[in-house]
Amino acid sequence: MNKIKNFIIAIAAFVGSSLLTGCKDLVLIHSKGMIGKDERDLIFTAVALMLLVVIPVIILTLVFAYKYRASNPNAKYDPGFTHSTKIEVVVWGVPIIIIGILAVIVWKTTHALDPYKPIEIEGVKPLNVQVVALDWKWLFIYPEQHVATVNYLQLPVGVPVDFTVTADAPMNSFIIPQLGGQIYAMAGMKTHLSLLADEEGVYDGRGYVINGNGFNGMHFKAHVTSQSGFDSWVQEVKSSPNSLTTDAYKQLIKPTEYVQPQFYASVSDNLFEDIVMKYMMPGMDDMQGMDTK
Amino acid sequence: MIDFLGKLTWDAIPIHEPPAIIAGAMMVGGFVFLVALVTYFKKWGYLWKEWFTSVDHKRIGLMYIIIAIVMLLRGFADAALMRTQQAISVGSNYGFLPPDHYNQIFTAHGVIMIFFVAMPLVVGLMNLVVPLQIGARDVAFPYLNSLSFWLFMVGMVLMMLSLVVGSFATTGWVNYAPLSEKVYSPGVGVDYYIWALQISGIGTTISGINFFVTIIKMRCPGMTLMKMPVFTWTALCSNILIIISFPMMTAALALLTLDRYLGFHFFTDTAGGNPMLYVNLIWAWGHPEVYILVLPAFGVFSEVTSTFSRKPLFGYATMVYATVSITVLSFIVWVHHFFTMGAGANVNAFFGIMTTIIAIPTGVKIFNWLFTMFRGRIWFTAPMYFTIGFIITFSIGGMTGVLLAVPGADFILHNSLFVVAHFHNVIIGGVVFALMAGLSFWCPKALGFKMNEGFGKASFWFWLVGFYVAFIPLYVLSFMGATRRISHYDASTGWHPLFVIAFVGMLLIAVGIACQVLQILVSIIKAKENQDYTGDPWDGRTLEWATSSPPPFYNFARIPTVETLEPHWDAKHNAKPIFDESKPYEDIHMPRNTGVGAIIGLFAFTLSFGLIWYIWWLVIASGLAIFACVVARSLDHDIDYYVPAEEVERIEHELMLRRNKA
Repeated sequence: MNKIKNFIIAIAAFVGSSLLTGCKDLVLIHSKGMIGKDERDLIFTAVALMLLVVIPVIILTLVFAYKYRASNPNAKYDPGFTHSTKIEVVVWGVPIIIIGILAVIVWKTTHALDPYKPIEIEGVKPLNVQVVALDWKWLFIYPEQHVATVNYLQLPVGVPVDFTVTADAPMNSFIIPQLGGQIYAMAGMKTHLSLLADEEGVYDGRGYVINGNGFNGMHFKAHVTSQSGFDSWVQEVKSSPNSLTTDAYKQLIKPTEYVQPQFYASVSDNLFEDIVMKYMMPGMDDMQGMDTK
Repeated sequence: MIDFLGKLTWDAIPIHEPPAIIAGAMMVGGFVFLVALVTYFKKWGYLWKEWFTSVDHKRIGLMYIIIAIVMLLRGFADAALMRTQQAISVGSNYGFLPPDHYNQIFTAHGVIMIFFVAMPLVVGLMNLVVPLQIGARDVAFPYLNSLSFWLFMVGMVLMMLSLVVGSFATTGWVNYAPLSEKVYSPGVGVDYYIWALQISGIGTTISGINFFVTIIKMRCPGMTLMKMPVFTWTALCSNILIIISFPMMTAALALLTLDRYLGFHFFTDTAGGNPMLYVNLIWAWGHPEVYILVLPAFGVFSEVTSTFSRKPLFGYATMVYATVSITVLSFIVWVHHFFTMGAGANVNAFFGIMTTIIAIPTGVKIFNWLFTMFRGRIWFTAPMYFTIGFIITFSIGGMTGVLLAVPGADFILHNSLFVVAHFHNVIIGGVVFALMAGLSFWCPKALGFKMNEGFGKASFWFWLVGFYVAFIPLYVLSFMGATRRISHYDASTGWHPLFVIAFVGMLLIAVGIACQVLQILVSIIKAKENQDYTGDPWDGRTLEWATSSPPPFYNFARIPTVETLEPHWDAKHNAKPIFDESKPYEDIHMPRNTGVGAIIGLFAFTLSFGLIWYIWWLVIASGLAIFACVVARSLDHDIDYYVPAEEVERIEHELMLRRNKA
C-alpha cells in the first residue's frame, strides 16, 4: 500500500506544482496566433477522439486484472474462450472507425494548416520576412522595409506574415511556439511559413534542431505590436548606425553564441537570394564576394 | 612517427574534462578489475572454450543479454547526467556540463539505449527462445551467429572507447547531415559513431538473415506457420524488417563515410549535395527499427499473458495478421519524422494517414491481450506486473504517437520535448517492460533457476512510477515551448520546476534499476532455493518448456512432432505426445565451436580504430587479416560432429535422475 501512497503523493505534487507554475507558461494552450490556435484545437480534437478507446482500455485492463486474479474463486474460468467473432469485429471495427474519422481530419487539416499556404485577409497585404539560420543566431531581413535584425523580430498584429526561410549553417527549424507552425531552415533551399499574430505581445521564438555548441542561445523575442507601432519601429531601425553590407554579413556568419539583438538600417538588395544561391551552384561562391565556409 | 599513429596523440585523452575522465576512469577501472578477477581465478581458458568460441544459440543469447545489462547502466548514467544538468542549468547557472560534452551525452545515450541495450536484449531473447520454440537444435548458421555477436561487440567497445580516447559524436542519435559532415564536425566523434554502427549493423543484418532462415527452414515436423508461437511470429517479422531496413542504414552511413573521408558530396550543403537525402535514408531505416524492437516485445507480452492467465492467446490468427500488417506498414511511414521539411500537404497527409493506420492493428493487439486475461486465472508474477503496466503505459504512448502523426499537430510538437516523452513512453512502457518481463519469464529456462520475485516487483513499481514522474513533465514542458536537446534555459521560461520533477523521476528509475541489479545478484546467490528441476516452472504451453532447464546443448534429445498451436500444453493436459519415446536415441549432428567469429571481431575492431584515427597501415593489415580469416574458415571442412546416441542417452538419463530427485 505504501507504494500506492507514494505514487499518489508524487502525482499530487506534480499536478500541484505544474498548476502553480505552468498555467501561464503553457504557450501552446494560450496560443496568440491564428495558425497556432487551429493547431492547438486539432491536438485537443485528436486526443479526445483517441481517449474514446484509450480510457476504456485502461479501465478494462485494471478491471480484468483484478477480477480474474487467481485468488478470486468467484471469477469464471473459461480457458476455451479464445475466439469470438463478435469481439473480433468490435476490436477491429472500433479502431477502424476512429482512425477513419481521424484520417479525414488529417487530410483536411494538413491542407488547411500547410505552412506554405498563404493566409488571406481581405484588404491586408501580407508582410514578407526572410529568415536565415546562422551559427548560432537568427537573421531576419525585411525586404520591403529594407531593414534587418538579428535575434529580434517585430511583427504587426493581424497582418499575415510570410516567412521565407533558409540557412547559412547546419539545418535548423524555425518556430514561434505561441504563434504556431514550424519549418526547417536548410542551406541552399527556401521554405515558407505563414503565420498571423492575433494579439499584441512578446513571444519566444527558437531553433528546434540541434546545430552545435551554440544551440542553447538560438532564441529570440517576437514583438507583436499595432501596425503603427511596427511602422515607427521600422523608422527607428532605419536610424540605427549599422547596415548589413556583404562585408558585415561575412562578419556576422562567424559562429557566435547568445547573441544580443542587433539592428541594421539597411541591407543589400539581393542578400537573401545570394545566401540561397551560394549553395545552389558550385562556382557561385565568389559572386557578390561571398565565401562558403 | 606522427603518421604511424595517424591523428592519434596524447591530446585524445580528455584529461581537461573532469566528468569525462571520471567516467572513463570508472570504466577502465571496472574493466581492469574484471580482467584481474578472471586471471586470478584462471578462467580465461574456460571463457574462451565454453563462451567466446561457442556457437550454441543459448550461450550467445546470454552473452548478448549480459552486455546489454552492462550497457543499460552506462546509458542510464548518461540519462542521469542529462536530467541533473537540465534540473540545475537555469538562468545564471550553466550547470556542470558544457554544451559540447552535453551533446555527446545525449547522442551516446540514444545510440547506446537503442543499439547496445534494446537491440542486444531483443536479439539475445530471440537467440535464447526461438530455436527452442520451433523445436530446433540450433540456428541455421551457428558460426554466423557467433560472428554477429562479435561484430556487435566491436560496436560496443568502440562506444566505450570513445569515452577515454577522443570523443563521441555531438549530433544526436540519428546523426543528421549536414551537422555530421566534416565541415561542421571535424573531430573523431562522428567517425566513432559511423564505425560503431556500421560494424554492429552488419552483425545485425547477418543475424536477421540467420533467424529468418532458421524460422523458415528449421521448424520441427508439424509446425506450420499458423502453428508457430506468437513470439516466434514476431521474431520472424522483426527479422524481415532487419533484412530490409538495415542495408539502408549501412548505405546511408557508407555515403556519409565517403563524404567525410574522401570529400564526396552526397549530403553536404555545397556542390549539389542534399542533407535531406540523409534524413530520408536514415528514417527509412529508423522507423522500421522501432518496430524491430517493439514487435518482439509484443511477442513477449503475448506469451506472458497467455501463460499467466492460463489460457491460450485470444485471437491467435488476428494477432498474426496484426503483426504482419504492422510489418508492412512500418515501411511507408518514415516521412512523419520530418513533416516540417516542407514536403507539401499531399505528401504530409499521405504519410500522416499511413501512420495513424498503424494504430489499428496495434489497438487490436491490445484488445487481444485484454481478452486473453478475460475469464483467465491470472497469476500475478513479476512478468505479469510488467504486462499490465505495459498495456496502460503503451496505450498512452500510442495515443501521443498518433498525435505526432497528425501533421497539423506535429508542426508545433515536432522536435520539442513531446517527442522525447512520446518515444520514452513507448520504448520504456513497451520495449523495456517487455524485456524485463521476458528475462524473468525465460530465466529459469536459460539458467535453471527462477528470478527473485520480490525485487522484480519492486523494480517494476519504481520503473512505472519513475517513468511517469520523469516523463509526464516533459509532455507538459513541450506545451511550454521547450525544445529537446537543450542544456540551458532562461528562468523566465518557467520550465525549471518541471525539470526538477523530471529529475526526481530519474532518481526513482535509478532505484528501479538498482532493484534489478539486486534481483539478479540475489537470484544467483539463492539459485539453489529457486532451482527449476521440471523444466516447466510456469506450466508453460510452447515447446521451450518441453525440455529441461537449462536445456542440454542439443536442446531436444528427440525432435518433437507437433499437431497443435500449444504442443507442450496439449501433451501435458490433452494426452497428445510430442516426442516419440518408442524409438531409440539417434546420433545428433551438431556444429563445432569456432574462434573465427571472435578473431574476425578483433580485427574488425582494429580496422575501425584505424579508420577512426587515420592509421592506414592498421586498416590495411586488419583488412587483410579479416580476409584471411574468411578464406581460412571457408576452407575448413571440419566444422561439425555427431554426438553418439549412447552419449545422448547418458545425458538424458542424468537429467531424468535430477528431475526425479526433485
